[in-house]
Amino acid sequence: MTKEYKTITEISGPLVFLEKTEPVGYNELVTINLPDGTTKRGQVLDTSADMVAVQVFEGTGGLNEESGVVFTGETIKLPVSKDMLGRILSGSGEPLDGGPRIIPEDRVDVNGASMNPYSRMPPEEFIQTGISTIDGTNTLVRGQKLPIFSGSGLPHNEIALQIARQAKVPGSTEDFAVVFAAMGITSEEAQYFMEDFEKTGALERAVVFLNLADDPAVERLITPRMALTAAEYLAYEHDMHVLVILTDITNYCEALRQMGAAREEVPGRRGYPGYMYTDLASLYERAGVIKGRKGSVTQFSILTMPGDDITHPIPDLSGYITEGQIVVSRELHRKGIYPPINVLPSLSRLMNSGIGAGKTRDDHKAVSDQMYAAYAEGRDLRGLVAIVGKEALSERDQKILEFADLFEDRFVRQGRDEDRTIEDTLNVSWSILAELPEALLTRVDNKYIQKYHPAHKSK
Amino acid sequence: MKGEIYRVAGPVVTIRGIKPKMYDVVQVGHEGLMGEVIRIEGDKATVQVYEDTAGIKPGEPVVNTGMSLSVELGPGLLESIYDGIQRPLMVLQEKMGDFIQRGVTANGLSREKVWEFRPTAKKGDSVKGGDVIGLVQETENIEHKIMVPPTISGTISEIKAGKFKVDEIICVLENGTQLSMMQKWPVRKPRPVGKKLMPNKPLITGQRILDGLFPVAKGGTAAIPGPFGSGKTVTQQQLAKWSDTDIVVYIGCGERGNEMADVLNEFPELQDPKTGRPLMERTVLIANTSNMPVAAREASVYTGITIAEYYRDMGYDVSLMADSTSRWAEAMREISSRLEEMPGEEGYPAYLSARLSEFYERAGYVRTLEGQEGSITVIGAVSPPGGDFSEPVTQNTLRIVKVFWALDAKLAQRRHFPSINWLTSYSLYTQGLSGWFGENVAPDWVTLRDNAMDLLQQEAELQEIVQLVGSDALPEDQQLVLEICRMLREYFLQQNAFHPVDTYCPFDKQYKLLKAISKYGEMATAALEAGVPMKDILSLESKDELAKVKFEENFQDALDAVLTKMDKEFAQLGGK
Repeated sequence: MTKEYKTITEISGPLVFLEKTEPVGYNELVTINLPDGTTKRGQVLDTSADMVAVQVFEGTGGLNEESGVVFTGETIKLPVSKDMLGRILSGSGEPLDGGPRIIPEDRVDVNGASMNPYSRMPPEEFIQTGISTIDGTNTLVRGQKLPIFSGSGLPHNEIALQIARQAKVPGSTEDFAVVFAAMGITSEEAQYFMEDFEKTGALERAVVFLNLADDPAVERLITPRMALTAAEYLAYEHDMHVLVILTDITNYCEALRQMGAAREEVPGRRGYPGYMYTDLASLYERAGVIKGRKGSVTQFSILTMPGDDITHPIPDLSGYITEGQIVVSRELHRKGIYPPINVLPSLSRLMNSGIGAGKTRDDHKAVSDQMYAAYAEGRDLRGLVAIVGKEALSERDQKILEFADLFEDRFVRQGRDEDRTIEDTLNVSWSILAELPEALLTRVDNKYIQKYHPAHKSK
Repeated sequence: MKGEIYRVAGPVVTIRGIKPKMYDVVQVGHEGLMGEVIRIEGDKATVQVYEDTAGIKPGEPVVNTGMSLSVELGPGLLESIYDGIQRPLMVLQEKMGDFIQRGVTANGLSREKVWEFRPTAKKGDSVKGGDVIGLVQETENIEHKIMVPPTISGTISEIKAGKFKVDEIICVLENGTQLSMMQKWPVRKPRPVGKKLMPNKPLITGQRILDGLFPVAKGGTAAIPGPFGSGKTVTQQQLAKWSDTDIVVYIGCGERGNEMADVLNEFPELQDPKTGRPLMERTVLIANTSNMPVAAREASVYTGITIAEYYRDMGYDVSLMADSTSRWAEAMREISSRLEEMPGEEGYPAYLSARLSEFYERAGYVRTLEGQEGSITVIGAVSPPGGDFSEPVTQNTLRIVKVFWALDAKLAQRRHFPSINWLTSYSLYTQGLSGWFGENVAPDWVTLRDNAMDLLQQEAELQEIVQLVGSDALPEDQQLVLEICRMLREYFLQQNAFHPVDTYCPFDKQYKLLKAISKYGEMATAALEAGVPMKDILSLESKDELAKVKFEENFQDALDAVLTKMDKEFAQLGGK
């Protein structure tokens, strides 16, 4: 169908309304020819026998009633190929690196289909990121979706890059391929990522999609879907283990809200559309492992919490979909601790299936639980000390208070290039747990105390 | 009569040219996507479509099936995993691979599988709706009772025995009605019962804080609200694993795919503590994950409860877990907003409260049409945005349910699991079940429990003082209360769902644990009064050892050893 319609009746924000068309499919891809010869692309949002509404990706600037609209008869597809590795593409999949167009091995609908839950394999392969607060207390596994909840001005980009550099499955030689999707980040931030990718050689095994802050907001709705489509293709057709970094989910949600407002929809909480949960799920759920296929898609997204508020709809809805979250804390950052990850509100839901004997080490869960319990109590005690002074604390409480400091200083704090093995992480854990009286280690089975506690181990 | 599509906007499609009834199922477009009529306006009707509508065009044909959305009920439901409209996910995988494509239909019950039917009624018997006419051994422990559909009655003129497929005729009535082992029932209509009775037996879950402090009755309703990461799903799964019901229906409504994969992986391997058989053999799973079509998510809870009612009608105790009802409410909101309905609170439709209460009201302890007793216990997870319990779904749910298990993010952060807050949770069944507990657990159980609750309440008040002045400033008897409460929290309330022994705690063990803590409390109080220094009482080895007995495989011996030691240690402390 190559017929061109010049029946635009209304242009409003990113939306264009047309009349008197042949029947047009819902979600169909549209090209728009402007009078000045440029073309734009869009997608059908609403179609009826009388009227069609089109959402224009590159913005409606320059459009008028003279513009011609062509319906392509198909939904948005991404040309995919193994040669995408090493390429830098725009937020809508066009090459930005001056290289040739991708010669497609296949063309895949970017919306993806939902994975049959029956085909899923429960993720359980431990990924070592070399960061203790993740490996030790919030373990990541292959096929998981674990976002970083951060705030403006915090070093989430550095943490993400460190993970992209260091992530590996111990005992396996396969590297991760990285699919990086930038949504509305500044060109400075994008540069930072690109330089690091180039410096470390990671770019060769990466596919980069860039939608920057000055690119049209509507395009942001497509960028992560392009990235995930590429990731799924590499994982399930080429048996690769893919780490997807989406940044920043908050910008994506802002674009979603912008579109909802333009469509005059009934808004939900804080003006975000009521379907934001479903929409975010259609991104996050595209992670996993399929029975009988080798590859996997692991998602590590970055989300900046507006006002550091974890109950804001964006982190809140994300937290209900993702399998945990890594929370970056302003307080720890101010103390000069890197990585400033606060383990207390952080969580990895799949941790239990990825750790233990044969995967990491038999004492892993007990050690993690014990540190959580002691650190949580220690932090509470800090509040108390501020009121009554340290002397008013019992001996037991003083020990726990000291533990909290040790925990931050020795377990949380590490170098930007320090790649700790899981053994290192657990040994650090024991070295600080050993500072507590043994009777306080109620979460740890006696046999592990005998086996790993420095006081017994050396004997 | 043939109709056509007029308009497509996401999952909401407007059709014209046919005159359907409300809630009729229609087939939309060339691919025959399944949808349900949810509004009629003049010559147009609005349909919510259960599958993705990308590429569907105005003008494509629409066919009315004239039926409302129904499920197939009969042998073969158990061990199945369905999507929200009862399509078996295993069959979908065979037909279209690892990703769900649209336009594929699949029967809820296999038409190939042959079942051995043993009639229990005979020719000449007069039967009415709900009467059992024969039996099928569905799994090792579950006898599937083949019942006359609720709306049918008559005299049997012919009944067969032997091996049949679910849609073959096994019984004919004199009025000519032919019965097979399968019946269909519209999901939005509750199946009739003889009479609703008062629930008076507890649902034993093997979870100490639930059974011990906030029990739910068989046939009761409970809600588990909590912010993300507080352990809703783990609690729901623990209930699905260990509840002492005959049948479990687990609805994953708009939740994570990996969680359902986990259930599918684990349930065939776990043993039902009552029968020793794999848990999967008593389970029906419904998985409509968050990225599957939203209209099918809306339908999934109805599909689940209808299956639960069917087993209840056989006289079984059924428990149904819906994880999460908030996602269901959001599906309603999404569809309502596409219909441009006037929104109520926070964009939810004004009928939210009515829908929630209709759903929970399908729970209950009942006398079935045949005169047996059966029950459905409904446990709904709620996911309040930002963990704020004042939002509409939580509030409307709390107005209906009798048990409230409040999950607390603070407890979860310090790895106190299950992170159910003992101060804000409640159960309205506690009184009604006291008699049962007194008879079946121990005469002093109710007193023990009330004392424990009382202490925990005292602890909360003392903690406020401690926050200001530190615990050393408290008098010794109050310090002792704090210590006993710490024991209650750590030794009794905390339970490790991932520990092979601790994951399920029989009632007898719960009683003995609580009794042991209370014994320490009594002896310590006595010792303190006798002038023994607090420090000595707190440093007893037996007290610390009591922490670990719950993990022991040989619980009784371990407990006895600790209690003997405790007696000895207290004797040594002496006092005046």
